[in-house]
Amino acid sequence: MALLDVDGINAFYGNIHALRDVSLSVDDGEIVTLIGANGAGKTTTLNCISGLVRPRSGTVKLAGEDLAKVQPHHIVERGVVQVPEGRRTFARLTVDENLRMGGFTLTSEANLRDGISRAYDMFPRLKERRSQTGGTLSGGEQQMLAIGRALMVSPRVLLLDEPSMGLAPTLVESIFETISSIHAQGTSILLVEQNALMALNVAGRGYVLQSGQIILSDTAANLAANEQVRQAYLGEI
Amino acid sequence: MDDTRIRFGDVPWGAVIRVGLIGAAVAIFLCLVGIVPVFHTRPLIKDVISLGQTSVVLALLATGLVTARTADMRGTLSVLPGAVAGAIAGAGLTALVILGEVINVRAVFLNASPLLYGILTFGSGIAGSWIAIVIGAVLGAAGSVGARLPTSSRRPLTTFVLTLLMGGLFAGILRTAMLSTPLAGLGRLLFAPLGLTIVGAIVAVIAFVGASELFHYTRVRDRVNGMAPAQQRLVTWPLLAIAAFAVLMLPHALGPFVAQVIALVALYVLMGLGLNITLGLAGLLDLGFVAFFAVGAYTVALLTGTSEFGIADWPFWAAIPFAVLFAMVFGAILGLPILGIRGDYLAIATLGFGEIIRILAGSDLLSPWLGGPHGILNVPKPIAVQPTHFLAGPNQIYYIAIACAVLIAFVAWRLRGSRIGRAWLSIREDEDVAEALGVNLVQTKILAYVLGAGFAGLGGGIFASLVGSIFSSSIQLFVSINVVAIVVVGGMGSIPGAVLGALFLIGVPELFREFSEYRFLFYGAALILMMLYRPEGLMPTRFAAREVHLESQELGADTVVAAPTEST
Repeated sequence: MALLDVDGINAFYGNIHALRDVSLSVDDGEIVTLIGANGAGKTTTLNCISGLVRPRSGTVKLAGEDLAKVQPHHIVERGVVQVPEGRRTFARLTVDENLRMGGFTLTSEANLRDGISRAYDMFPRLKERRSQTGGTLSGGEQQMLAIGRALMVSPRVLLLDEPSMGLAPTLVESIFETISSIHAQGTSILLVEQNALMALNVAGRGYVLQSGQIILSDTAANLAANEQVRQAYLGEI
Repeated sequence: MDDTRIRFGDVPWGAVIRVGLIGAAVAIFLCLVGIVPVFHTRPLIKDVISLGQTSVVLALLATGLVTARTADMRGTLSVLPGAVAGAIAGAGLTALVILGEVINVRAVFLNASPLLYGILTFGSGIAGSWIAIVIGAVLGAAGSVGARLPTSSRRPLTTFVLTLLMGGLFAGILRTAMLSTPLAGLGRLLFAPLGLTIVGAIVAVIAFVGASELFHYTRVRDRVNGMAPAQQRLVTWPLLAIAAFAVLMLPHALGPFVAQVIALVALYVLMGLGLNITLGLAGLLDLGFVAFFAVGAYTVALLTGTSEFGIADWPFWAAIPFAVLFAMVFGAILGLPILGIRGDYLAIATLGFGEIIRILAGSDLLSPWLGGPHGILNVPKPIAVQPTHFLAGPNQIYYIAIACAVLIAFVAWRLRGSRIGRAWLSIREDEDVAEALGVNLVQTKILAYVLGAGFAGLGGGIFASLVGSIFSSSIQLFVSINVVAIVVVGGMGSIPGAVLGALFLIGVPELFREFSEYRFLFYGAALILMMLYRPEGLMPTRFAAREVHLESQELGADTVVAAPTEST
């Protein structure tokens, strides 16, 4: 049984049919990537998993448990955490407070401290800026903060939404290195990316989403070799 | 500019004329709206200048100041643009006088009276109408000089102007306070019944300008900041103790009228601090504050009142917890269905609640219990004492309100750093992300809303006891707006800000009741000026200042980030 199992979900925004029978799965210890163009429904898929958007039909299961009736804050407690697109750190809270918010569902101060020191170990840069506000950080630092914030609760599944968006190429590489090292520590990752080349590089398997439908699913290596994918998403003619 | 002599063609005359015309429009507005003639009855310095004249003087000075900022000229003749703009503004007044003498404009502008023309021409009529141009030019030049002075000489000038304004406005109150003390003779010497005496003005200016300069040049602040923390405490604690003592003695020193006013101010401080939690921390714009204020007020009136509406004849102290409790229950009932609404829509929904409660309180339906428009009278004071007692009348309300305000400030301060405080701040920042991180939005928002409602109920309960009655007409939308304005003007989330906001928005208008018809005009002007020049509030918290100036801070951060890269 897959750790995270999305089965045939349909989601709507008003009359717009955003997701059509989307099915995907993430096994324990996997990095799975979901690639696709702007507006294909990648973020909506993530929002359906984290409970921010409710699919009209289909199921989202975590380790066999249906999440349809589970409130978003309880989904976090069950170990599914989303790093939103565009980072969205709390601009007016300090780095420290941002991390504490990431550990909002943790009840003991010891766990919180532990999570914060883990985040600072992973991103020493954040430690230097711990009392600065989120809004004063550079784009790369904000992405570190957003990821560190999500890791506070030691999630089982990390949902990453466009972590490379708007970052300089050197920073993109270091973010993908971070993703690999998070994965190496045993966290399963569902990675949504427009930067298909980098994403397929770190992922084991991948799905291609187009106009709300999964049109391809294969191992990352096969997808990277696929003619259709190369033309549409890897910028080759 | 290298050349020290200003060249005529260098002056941006278009801009100068525009500022001058705006100055003229402001001056004419002050005249026709009645501020100049009405405020002429109140001297700032007895036999020298009235408040009405001061308003025109300030407008003309400001014209010069703005001109100097707009047309940034240096050199010997750099006062010229300011003088021209001031003259244009003055000419506006001259034109007003001539026009008024030639044709009768009183049918439209009630205030365009011979009295007004007399003030503008110093009693000389149309023949003296040119005086305004000369005065305008002089004041415009003075204003533009003021704009260009170095800080070291501008600071005493600003203190000078502020001292005269404040001294003139509060002279009457201070005089009354001093007449009942051994200082009566000094009071008569310094203060006229209205405004400063000439001696008073000179003494006040010397004292305040001297003190502020002395404070600056002896670098008291730097020295205190440079001290060891233990030494700093030796300075700050006695000062705090003196300030606390002064606050506590205030109603006794200033007489019963002022005591009533400052009790009301203290009450609004309390409510401002309460709303600070809802609005300042959680970011919920609650415009229905008055609804819970009403619940608290009627609860106290019903439970303690001795009139036919009184149902329990309880002491105030037993009733006030129920006032808070009922307000919170109401908050929860009203809050639950609407807190899913975001931002501005929430404000509109809460605005509606305030109105519903007001209409209900005045309705025939509830009048058998709440007295309708006739209200509930004979709400007793918390502590029954002789009229001459230390705690008589509004004094005890003042102390109760201050005690509650201190308590709320403490609660707010503790909440800010707590888990729930961070949850509120995060909701205010980004609801979606907060939810994604595991914050229960409904619960968290309800808590903030109910807490705010409880403080409003507390304020309402104390209000009923302060005034001794409660009418449906007391449940005005303006109560909500006042409280929101106090928080915004003072600085969101700031505790000293709430105090300053309440003094400024509640205290000052109450003290100058004779000008009450201009209350909203000043209110509106003050709010607009605040939003233009100090949107973070008068005394912002560091947090709020960050928020308003986030963009400029971001620039700063980038340069910090860039610097090490260059060095490597």
